[in-house]
Amino acid sequence: MAKKESTLFNMVSSLVVVTLVASTALGYVYELTKGPIAVAKLAKKIKAIDEVVVEYDNNPVDEMYKIPIDGSQDSLEVYPAKKGGKLMASAIRSFSPKGYGGHVWLMVGLFPDGNINNIAVLEHKETPGLGTKMGDTEFKNQYIGQNPESFNLKVEKDGGDVDALTGATITSRAFSQATQLAFDTYMKGGQHE
Amino acid sequence: MSNMQNFSKGFFKENAVFVQLLGMCPTLGVTTTAFNGLGMGLATTFVLLMSNIVVSLIKSFIPDKVRIPAYIVVIASFVTIVDLVMAGYLPELHENLGLFIPLIVVNCLVLGRAEAFASKNGLIPSVFDGLGMGLGFSMALVMLGGIRELLGSLSVFGIQLIDMDGILLFILPPGAFIALGFLIAFINHLRKTT
Amino acid sequence: MEYAIIVFGAIFVNNIVLNQFLGICPFLGVSNKVSTGIGMTGAVTFVMTIAAIVTYLIYKYVLLPLDITYLQTISYILVIAALVQMVEIILKKISPPLYQALGVYLPLITTNCAILGVALLVISNDFNLMESVVFAIANAIGFGLALIIFAGLREHMDLMDLPKGMKGVPAALVIAGLLSMAFMGFAGLV
Repeated sequence: MAKKESTLFNMVSSLVVVTLVASTALGYVYELTKGPIAVAKLAKKIKAIDEVVVEYDNNPVDEMYKIPIDGSQDSLEVYPAKKGGKLMASAIRSFSPKGYGGHVWLMVGLFPDGNINNIAVLEHKETPGLGTKMGDTEFKNQYIGQNPESFNLKVEKDGGDVDALTGATITSRAFSQATQLAFDTYMKGGQHE
Repeated sequence: MSNMQNFSKGFFKENAVFVQLLGMCPTLGVTTTAFNGLGMGLATTFVLLMSNIVVSLIKSFIPDKVRIPAYIVVIASFVTIVDLVMAGYLPELHENLGLFIPLIVVNCLVLGRAEAFASKNGLIPSVFDGLGMGLGFSMALVMLGGIRELLGSLSVFGIQLIDMDGILLFILPPGAFIALGFLIAFINHLRKTT
Repeated sequence: MEYAIIVFGAIFVNNIVLNQFLGICPFLGVSNKVSTGIGMTGAVTFVMTIAAIVTYLIYKYVLLPLDITYLQTISYILVIAALVQMVEIILKKISPPLYQALGVYLPLITTNCAILGVALLVISNDFNLMESVVFAIANAIGFGLALIIFAGLREHMDLMDLPKGMKGVPAALVIAGLLSMAFMGFAGLV
């Protein structure tokens, strides 16, 4: 078959047809994958919550509430984990904008008195092999069981108690900052029973 | 050229990474592990195969002057499909590859094959060309990812071989450049001696 | 947000070429001479900044309100391709000297993944319009800096006595690795 000639009508009409077919197909795929994407996101959230709170029998995602952050328009999401109606621990979705590669998002598990139960890393763009080690238990262990009231959530370089990751002081700083934000916000506006 | 040749040239003779030096951004960017390299390679293979098929089918309906924008739309559509499907079914890999999935659109390899091969050949050769080029690209990414993972964290496909820290440099950005440099030098050496 | 951090971070700490691996093709392909490096940088700065503004506006006022963000990739690449064409035509009309200087680099820019990469990063970093502009310019400078330093190094490389297999691209990649290592030293500064 001969090639179509490059007249204005041919050019415009062929591009319009290609674009229309493409966007219709994409809309269809989008509708198909919408469900699985939402499921995958929820599964990730629940996995992080399970990691940082203790045993519960309620649905923390359904009981989620938000606390506004001091001096900012943003708020943090809190997922309370309850057993027999009694609050066991809360998972707070916190962040720091000062990671090496932008925002660092954490799920911080706090007991009602503010003690840290565990911390999970949600999203980040830190350097593989350096900053990504913030998710390792070796680094996180120094936070577990501490209360930010007495444990100074700053790296040693800044006069705090946190032993920073080798080669990733910025990441360690952001990790501590996000934890501090979760603690401050939760102690001020969270449910404690 | 026979279909077998169309298929096999992508692995060695015209390998996208080692010989043509195309698609270097994802090659360097995602190969911190062999598995990430494989994921990126297969995602690119899918886009390459599908865009080769579509381009070879529609080539006679597209006027010459607007063929490049038309091909780009075709490629971008398949990239978005990969992006959406991966986000739904392989969320972890999707997160590891991050920005480099939408960037498959500007991988010169994909547009290059559409323009240089699929727009001049029929459906069947284009299928073999797309598959061969894509799998050859995947092979290069797995090799580079494997080397970086082995030296950098002493593991292969996520399985820790020795419980020790590796040479961190190979996981970091400089290691990507250096490992690829020596890998290409090695391939050059092989090509000259065979 | 602190503009200084955005600028410094984009140029040195998260250098778009040496740390983020975007725009490698022109980095390896074009940069044999310092003068071409400068020309390419000019063209990239120009297109990157306009692309960041236009794609930002499209995202905020078209894709987001209509809930069709899944068309992000396809619309961005079309915008960039169209933009490059337009810049070429306009430059030819209003400033022939500038067109002479940048013209040859413009067609290469559509497939420069640094442009699309920056447009996508602007959205994922949640910048406002002003921050996006600053971010785009800073990244273009970072791109140029890496390109020009590298071109300078490669001009000297031609004189080196290397094993046959290492000549050309392999040696260039190893040098890029060393340069990337040097840039890692900036990490502690932010």
